[in-house]
Amino acid sequence: MTISQVRDILNARLHTPDVDLERQVHAACGSDMMSDVLAYVKDQAVLLTGLNNPQVVRTAEMMDMVCIVVVRGKQPQEQIVAMAAQRGMAVLSTDLPMFSACGLLYQHGLRGGEMP
Amino acid sequence: MSESIQLEYTVPGNDFTRAGEASADLKSTLKRLGLPAAEVRRIAIALYEGEINLAIHAGGGQIRVTVDDHQVEMILTDQGPGIPDIPKAMEEGYSTASAQVRSLGFGAGMGLPNMKRYTDEFDIQSTVGVGTTITMRVKIG
Ligand SMILES: Nc1ncnc2c1ncn2[C@@H]1O[C@H](COP(=O)(O)OP(=O)(O)OP(=O)(O)O)[C@@H](O)[C@H]1O
Ligand SMILES: [Mg+2]
Repeated sequence: MTISQVRDILNARLHTPDVDLERQVHAACGSDMMSDVLAYVKDQAVLLTGLNNPQVVRTAEMMDMVCIVVVRGKQPQEQIVAMAAQRGMAVLSTDLPMFSACGLLYQHGLRGGEMP
Repeated sequence: MSESIQLEYTVPGNDFTRAGEASADLKSTLKRLGLPAAEVRRIAIALYEGEINLAIHAGGGQIRVTVDDHQVEMILTDQGPGIPDIPKAMEEGYSTASAQVRSLGFGAGMGLPNMKRYTDEFDIQSTVGVGTTITMRVKIG
């Protein structure tokens, strides 16, 4: 799946127009607790979260993730968008709640990670 | 690399915007030095968890990193409240984080277990009222 397909599946808004949307993503992780995200490393590329602060970008950066999806209709903070754009990460936002967003992506073939 | 490289960072207390800067800097430095991506990621995650703990639990602290041919060593020191029961603090899910910290996405009680999981050596020394020192090593190659 590509980031651009993630956007279409979630009917999401794109906040970082300059990043490459054709990058391939194979796995994702959804959580509002950053240490839960950090516990599962297996080339997840997409982070779905209801959290809206700069630590979301930091967490994605440590994990080498390439796409952040802010769920539940929140408008991503300007600082998140700026930090992500600087790192070449995509920021999307969707009105869907966490469960539905994860479920839709799973249905289209995206998978989770594993404990190391 | 013939000589070892030393890096030092000061982590400010209770600053959610800046927490993570040290780990991000170390990550890009190690990448530039050509260390393997998988090890760089383990090191970055372990230090990031430690850095967040310094910011939220200890009122800030210091990080000293030594990089040499066969390992990366990270020593985190603080003069915070200390940890009264270390085995308890090491349990997955144990956290004393405030509701405010939880609302920012921390307080799952996974930080210390993650640090141990991602490093080859992990040691924690703490004295209540004096502070905490965590030493982590990751082998390279
Ligand atoms: N440097 C420190 N100084 C004092 N107490 C600490 C320190 N680091 C950790 N602790 C204590 O140990 C507990 C467990 O730490 P841990 O990092 O595992 O979880 P957390 O920080 O509460 O949540 P998470 O890391 O999942 O966001 C903390 O809640 C805190 O009580
Ligand atoms: Mg922690």
